[in-house]
Amino acid sequence: MEQIGAKRTRLFIGVWTGFVVLMIYLPILCGALAGLSKSRYFGFPVKQFSTDWWARTISSLEIHTLVQNSLLIALVVTVVSVVFAFFGALAFARYEWKGRRLYQKLLLLPIFFPQPVLGLALLLWFNSVGISPSWQTAVIAHLVWIIPVVTLVIAIQVYGFDPVLEEAAADLGAGRLFILREITLPILWPGIWSGALFAFLLSWGNFPLSLYTAGADSTVPKWLYSKMVAGYTPMVPALGTMATLAAAVLLLVGGAAIALVRRRAARQV
Amino acid sequence: MADISLSAPLAKAEKRVIGLKIPAGLRCAGPVLLFLLLGFVAPLVTVVAYSFATPRSFDVFRSFTLENFAAIFDPANTVWMSFAWSIALAILTVIVLAVIAYPIAYGLNRLFGKWASLVSVLFVFPLFVSENVRLYGWVLFFIKNGVLDGTMKMLGFAGGPEVLFTPAIILFGMVYVYLPFMLFPITLGLAMVPRDLVDAASDLGANRLMIWREIELPLAMPGILIGMLLTFVLAAGAVAEAKILGGQSVIVITHDIEIAFTYAQNWPLGSALAVLLMLVISGLALFVMSKLDLDRILGRR
Repeated sequence: MEQIGAKRTRLFIGVWTGFVVLMIYLPILCGALAGLSKSRYFGFPVKQFSTDWWARTISSLEIHTLVQNSLLIALVVTVVSVVFAFFGALAFARYEWKGRRLYQKLLLLPIFFPQPVLGLALLLWFNSVGISPSWQTAVIAHLVWIIPVVTLVIAIQVYGFDPVLEEAAADLGAGRLFILREITLPILWPGIWSGALFAFLLSWGNFPLSLYTAGADSTVPKWLYSKMVAGYTPMVPALGTMATLAAAVLLLVGGAAIALVRRRAARQV
Repeated sequence: MADISLSAPLAKAEKRVIGLKIPAGLRCAGPVLLFLLLGFVAPLVTVVAYSFATPRSFDVFRSFTLENFAAIFDPANTVWMSFAWSIALAILTVIVLAVIAYPIAYGLNRLFGKWASLVSVLFVFPLFVSENVRLYGWVLFFIKNGVLDGTMKMLGFAGGPEVLFTPAIILFGMVYVYLPFMLFPITLGLAMVPRDLVDAASDLGANRLMIWREIELPLAMPGILIGMLLTFVLAAGAVAEAKILGGQSVIVITHDIEIAFTYAQNWPLGSALAVLLMLVISGLALFVMSKLDLDRILGRR
């Protein structure tokens, strides 16, 4: 009786998970379809496919600027957030200090905060200190949300790290920089790279923070939104699909590279 | 000989300096804390300050009035409707997501084995696609002559149901967008349930409902709580779903705040609304977080 019940549960969970995964990717597929159909307005079933809208999107100068902005923001956010988060994660998980519990919770607050409201609050703040919004302010806005996320990602790696290794090296007379370079960093690399990948991808896809804080500079998600509200062309789903594919490729390549780093790190220890 | 006598007091002096030094943890946390002070705390303080400024002015830090709050609580003002919609949608999102995500989280922990990481990646990936792109995909699915409508017509029906621009589709959109924020905390929570304990209970004759109620649920509760808090907070402040799928059939609170900040140019009123929303959110967040031990949740994988 129990056996049959367990089997049925297993089947149910498998089917359910499959169904939910399908639902998650269904709208992305719909967008891909709309970007590849010939007609100006989407209709299903698609009567005629064409790559016209893709070609137009790729050759549009306006879109080149958007992609450059998005890439620039994502790159700066990645580098800065990883540096901050590396030390932030050590404070989160490695060192025992008095304010640690409070720090852990403070750090989570920006993640537990609705991004549109955060974006508007930042806009107000930039304005009252006299900074006019641009891609640089968007970087700051992204960082407020992404530094805590990356810190958590790296902290998970730090939890698995035995501080005895550092202490042993120090007892043997190694300097602090030497320990950082030869012991701490090699062990934490997989977490750091995962954090960097997360930072880049989250910044690349971020919409609510960019919407309010990028000012006159537009990013890919921001431009897509403005066209969804007014002025739809199939370039909208086409660019959306391209951005999605770019993220997928980066995730696959980056994920594979990190798995490699992780294996090498595991072999060293 | 002389060398030794010279270096001993030096070493002692160095020790004393170390004793006075800030702990290594705080030093590492310093940059992050400083950044969050400037990038998170300062903006929120500005919002609070603005909420006490003269309505329709930019006299922040120079005027103090409760007029903005009075305007919100004025019975003639219907802004409470937006609050009610946001909170109701957020509560429903949390309930629906808990039901959807629990079986998947269970599967990720117990059933999928080596496939678990692939399934996780499939659920993580949408986080890297902006929500407006994904929501717009649903518009293409549900719209007239869209994927659903077209399929129904092909199958000989009159056409798909008209669900766009209703409150129900906004709920659907929120459930869709915030699924990963429920799924992964629950997965972490379920990973904290020791399997021996479940086996032991089973050997002692507990049935599966009892095991679930007495062991799994209480032990996984920290993770479930985080998921619920996260999805509630994000859904309460969400706006894209209502705008893109809901076609403004419902004005949610963040939309009202945005209107006050942009078209209406009434920053003090928008700030007062934001402060009320923040009170609800941070009150709930601090309450739940005070009950959690993050080391246990994150440290045990």
